Amino acid sequence: MRYMVMHYQTQDMEDGVLPSPERQAAIGEYMQEAAMSGVLLSGEGVASSRQGARVEVTDGAVRVIDGPFAEAKELIAGFAILEVDSLAEAVEHARRFAVLVGSERVDVRRVVEFEDLQPPS
Amino acid sequence: MTDPGSALDARMATLWRVESPRMTARLARLVGDLDTAEELAQDTFLAAVEKWRRDGEPDNPAAWLHTTARHLAVDRIRRRDTGRAKYRLAAAGQRHALEHDLGEIVDGDLAEDLLGLIFMACHPILAPDARSALVLKLVCGLQTEDVARAFLAPPATIAQRVVRAKRTLAAAKVRFELPPHGERPARLDAVREVVYLVFNEGYTATSGDRWFREDLCAEALRLGRMLAALTPSDTETLGLLALIELQASRLRARTGPDGEPVLLADQDRSRWDRLLIGRGLALLDRIDALGGTTGPYALQAAIAACHARATTAAVTDWERIAALYDGLARISPSPVVELNRGVAAAQAFGPAAGLEIVLPLFDVPGMDRYHLLPAVAGDLLCRAGDHEQARERFLQAAAMTGNAAERATMQRRASACAAGSCAVARH
Repeated sequence: MRYMVMHYQTQDMEDGVLPSPERQAAIGEYMQEAAMSGVLLSGEGVASSRQGARVEVTDGAVRVIDGPFAEAKELIAGFAILEVDSLAEAVEHARRFAVLVGSERVDVRRVVEFEDLQPPS
Repeated sequence: MTDPGSALDARMATLWRVESPRMTARLARLVGDLDTAEELAQDTFLAAVEKWRRDGEPDNPAAWLHTTARHLAVDRIRRRDTGRAKYRLAAAGQRHALEHDLGEIVDGDLAEDLLGLIFMACHPILAPDARSALVLKLVCGLQTEDVARAFLAPPATIAQRVVRAKRTLAAAKVRFELPPHGERPARLDAVREVVYLVFNEGYTATSGDRWFREDLCAEALRLGRMLAALTPSDTETLGLLALIELQASRLRARTGPDGEPVLLADQDRSRWDRLLIGRGLALLDRIDALGGTTGPYALQAAIAACHARATTAAVTDWERIAALYDGLARISPSPVVELNRGVAAAQAFGPAAGLEIVLPLFDVPGMDRYHLLPAVAGDLLCRAGDHEQARERFLQAAAMTGNAAERATMQRRASACAAGSCAVARH
């Protein structure tokens, strides 16, 4: 099973403050550890929402809004895709990440696979 | 889940899966042998169950587990060394030296710990099935029951296999060690062999519950990814991982709704796993960037990549595949490679080119039991217009296969040949 593990922006990250060398090292250490556990399929971090945009559709009308966006805590800062046996195992890796990197919140969501979209037979 | 005991059991099983490989690795490095390492890891988890049932689980259970494991190991080593001191003159400062060594190991490199554990579990003195059982148990953190289910064996058999393997290692005085660099290529060969064996055990499963068998593919991928992370510049290891990532990308597409096999050419390519294909292709790029390799895994991965890159079966680059099979036949020749080389040559240059390679295989000892040979020969003869000989080969294949669905296909193709046609309706 695949899980997407996401962590969220802080106001500092939104303001473009580079992560401290310690934090960068911690993230590097986590990625290395996850790779050595054989569970990491892919992972990326994303930049401040200043460098992004949002597409909003209201009643068919499309509006493109340039960043930055308020509420940093609602914005994804990065994700990893893990291949594991269970939600519990994914949560364990998320916990490792949170403790090591010092995140306030990490979400763990299952990736939908082809079989999920088939009508039950 | 209302029983706190069973909730804790499930919790410990998860923690065992995630934490036990690195714990066992570090313990093995500290104490030297797998048996003691495994025993100490189990003691650590038992201590955790006892303490957490009383006091609740700490915020960072992993840290608690690893600290406790270290304490238990240091304790064990001290007792062992004290025992030895009775018949050995203890040099002044020896205690200090021990503390110093331990400190170094305790803070040592996780990568080296894991690699050492993998080398030990895949030691060439062990039989391949002993290696895979040991690796799945210690390096993947599987329970004996899981290993047994995957190998369709009773748990007692697997447990015994693991015990015997550890005993063999102990008898040969194999201690935890990182082989010197000169020996590593040969030792890595033995590890790769196990990973590919486990993968194929799941991939080519013809019996058993498909779900559990495919779990073996998942474990092999986990091991392969682990190994590639531990030896990031070993091109043949990257080649092995590329190969199994690419093969696994087709897992879901290779069976139809009723579980019947679907041939590569007929697969719904939209069901191929793009993430795994991307990983496989990226690994091949990395091998190139590292200067390339002509090892058998990387070559097979390059062949798998030709299929992965083709958006439809019709645009497959068969000339490249044929050339890669020529290379593979040179470095690891086998009748099965020859057969595949024949198929590729036929696709690239026509049935006659294929038959030139395939027909001599009928004289190779042992191939008279391999039903795919007459099946392939029948197909190529048919396409070359020799329906009479093709029919005979299809009937031969039908008589040889143990699989009912395959037998039916071969008989249908033989009848089509009798009517002077190659076409056979796909059911």
